[in-house]
Amino acid sequence: MSHDAQVFVKSQTEFEYSKRKRKEAMRSQITSFAIMIFLTLIAFSAVAAGFSKYYIAPIILLLAAVQVVLQLYYFMHMNEKNHGIAAFFLYTGALFAFTFILTFLTIIWWG
Amino acid sequence: MSSIAKKKGFGASVWDYLTTVDHKKIAILYLAAGGLFFVIGGIEAMLIRIQLAKPDNDFVSAGLFNEIITMHGTTMIFLAAMPILFGFMNAVMPLQIGARDVAFPFLNALGFWLFLFGGIFLNLSWFMGGAPDAGWTSYASLSLASPGHGIDFYALGLQISGAGTYIGGINFLVTIINMRAPGMTYMRMPLMTWTTFVASALILFAFPPLTIGLFFLILDRMFGANFFDHTMGGNTIIWEHLFWIFGHPEVYILILPAFGIFSEIFALFSRKRLFGYSSMVFATVLIGFLGFMVWAHHMFTVGLGPTANAIFAVATMAIAVPTGMKIFNWLLTIWGGSIKVTVPMLYALGFIPSFVAGGVTGVMQAAAPLDYQLHDSYFIVAHFHYVIVGGVVLAILAALHLYWPLMFNQMLSEKLGKWTFWFFFIGFHMTFFIQHFLGLMGMPRRVFTFRADQGWDLFNLISSIGAVFMAIGVIILVINIIITVAKNVPVGNDPWEDGRTLEWAIPQPVPFYNFKQTPLVRGLDTFWIEKQEGNKEGMTYAEPISDIHMPNNSFIPFVMTVGLFVAAFGALYNGEKTWAVPVLVLGLAITLLSMAVRSLKDDHGYHIHKEDLMNEKGGK
Repeated sequence: MSHDAQVFVKSQTEFEYSKRKRKEAMRSQITSFAIMIFLTLIAFSAVAAGFSKYYIAPIILLLAAVQVVLQLYYFMHMNEKNHGIAAFFLYTGALFAFTFILTFLTIIWWG
Repeated sequence: MSSIAKKKGFGASVWDYLTTVDHKKIAILYLAAGGLFFVIGGIEAMLIRIQLAKPDNDFVSAGLFNEIITMHGTTMIFLAAMPILFGFMNAVMPLQIGARDVAFPFLNALGFWLFLFGGIFLNLSWFMGGAPDAGWTSYASLSLASPGHGIDFYALGLQISGAGTYIGGINFLVTIINMRAPGMTYMRMPLMTWTTFVASALILFAFPPLTIGLFFLILDRMFGANFFDHTMGGNTIIWEHLFWIFGHPEVYILILPAFGIFSEIFALFSRKRLFGYSSMVFATVLIGFLGFMVWAHHMFTVGLGPTANAIFAVATMAIAVPTGMKIFNWLLTIWGGSIKVTVPMLYALGFIPSFVAGGVTGVMQAAAPLDYQLHDSYFIVAHFHYVIVGGVVLAILAALHLYWPLMFNQMLSEKLGKWTFWFFFIGFHMTFFIQHFLGLMGMPRRVFTFRADQGWDLFNLISSIGAVFMAIGVIILVINIIITVAKNVPVGNDPWEDGRTLEWAIPQPVPFYNFKQTPLVRGLDTFWIEKQEGNKEGMTYAEPISDIHMPNNSFIPFVMTVGLFVAAFGALYNGEKTWAVPVLVLGLAITLLSMAVRSLKDDHGYHIHKEDLMNEKGGK
């Protein structure tokens, strides 16, 4: 927009507030990163342990779903405000992709 | 001193257009390049109709005919209709929402150059060993078997121009979401903006499947992969699915902006608020959504099985409901209006019966059992020309007359415009109406000739004569444009006198920063409200005059595109010429380097100072 250039100086309180916010954000990033590595470890060790594949496949898919949520909400900041439209487009895209995969499975490969 | 130096001279103008990031100039570029491809595609259409004018004709050979029909379809869809619509979106949409430019002006320029070079690359195939010849759908088994480089040109050219379209679509989405003027809520956006929004969302979701399909095709043909080769474990049907997952939304990407243009025209020339505005918005979004759920109706005869066919048949028929809502809303907008039959309004009035005819045959084909009868016959050709020419091309011609004064501050001749309309409209129905019956009589599409005395001779001749009428209409249009540009009579703002939306409120010629002050939007049909209240300026302002931040022009988009253009030649001759891989690497290096320059070198743009805006010249 077309406003005169303004110099904005943060007050001490604002500075401390934003510092605290950034600290929290960093903590949640590292926590979710650790969780993701842990989940990946579980997936790999489940395969390495040689369990039945009917047990491993659903577990890995479940872990993958959790990972996607962590990625989107903690790494790509969808848990913050004003991401409504991005989320709407993302879920619409996911719905379309789901439909396409479902039809591919049912009418090309299984049918 | 003014911060904006105005250059003159031919070389300076060319350089200005090569580097421009201004949405109004990019709109002109889109219009000019799209118009050129429209003429090329039209010439190809004329060749087709000459060949089919009489039985056992040998005007062109069978192989050349296949190349002509393929290039006609591909050119008209990807290089003519879509770019011209992009031109109007670029010209009008930012003005309608009260924005100074699109969200990413640099990307806007990049999108245009990618489209243009993709189109040039595709058309170079004519001079470099033969054009693609597997139809615009390029079904995989046929396209893999096609000798020569035609299909390679198709895949690489569309990949480049598709990237441009994708960039353009994302740009429009971000612009509409983020850059609306204060008070311009979603439910106050003009229909042209709404349809741009939904069409851009369709581009966002529809182009990735095409990109994947084209990459598979490129890898199969040029790099030894086997995605579509069933003897090597591939599956040829996957191309058809990927193509139509893209291809069906693609026709809505074309028709929705056409609906937007006609919605503007009906309200403007009936001098009435658009009837059922909110249901129009709802129908637009619903058509966009359903457009993704119906692609397999192009593949009923592939053998998907009765369940799949039934599901896709019902989903397809459902689209008739929101489309019908739109038709009735337009009729009720005209009803009781104070109608002015100008050239754009003529096109709009002609559009309703033409498009309804195309829609009705569409519902006929949605019935899967009947489609087995109609598939690959001239009935299909008639149907999609009724929706694309009767819908999209009529909208493009209407918008050309409607928005010409907005884009160039000149008025196209109404008299010649009416001649164009009548020639084109009569020619269109003459060409394509009769093709329904040719289809029902058993004439298959894509045949290069036919035997005499099957009852097809007369109808094909009539169809070809109709095509001549359309060509005459277009020639009159070109004459009209030349005369108008030569006369160059400025018309000022609101040339149609009943402008309702914000773009008509801006002084002419539109300043390069669009709005000296960002307007305040107080309802649907912003300009109309201000006029009703006697506001001579046509706008209420949301802010005082202050410095305006503008982006710098840039030559980088052009260089980036040239890189991809060079790389495409490398990919094309991979495994055939020794220089292929180095050229591929060189081209990609040019693109990546220019991307690096763009990323590493900060470009903060410049400011137009308040003092320059305040003086008489308005910053010029």
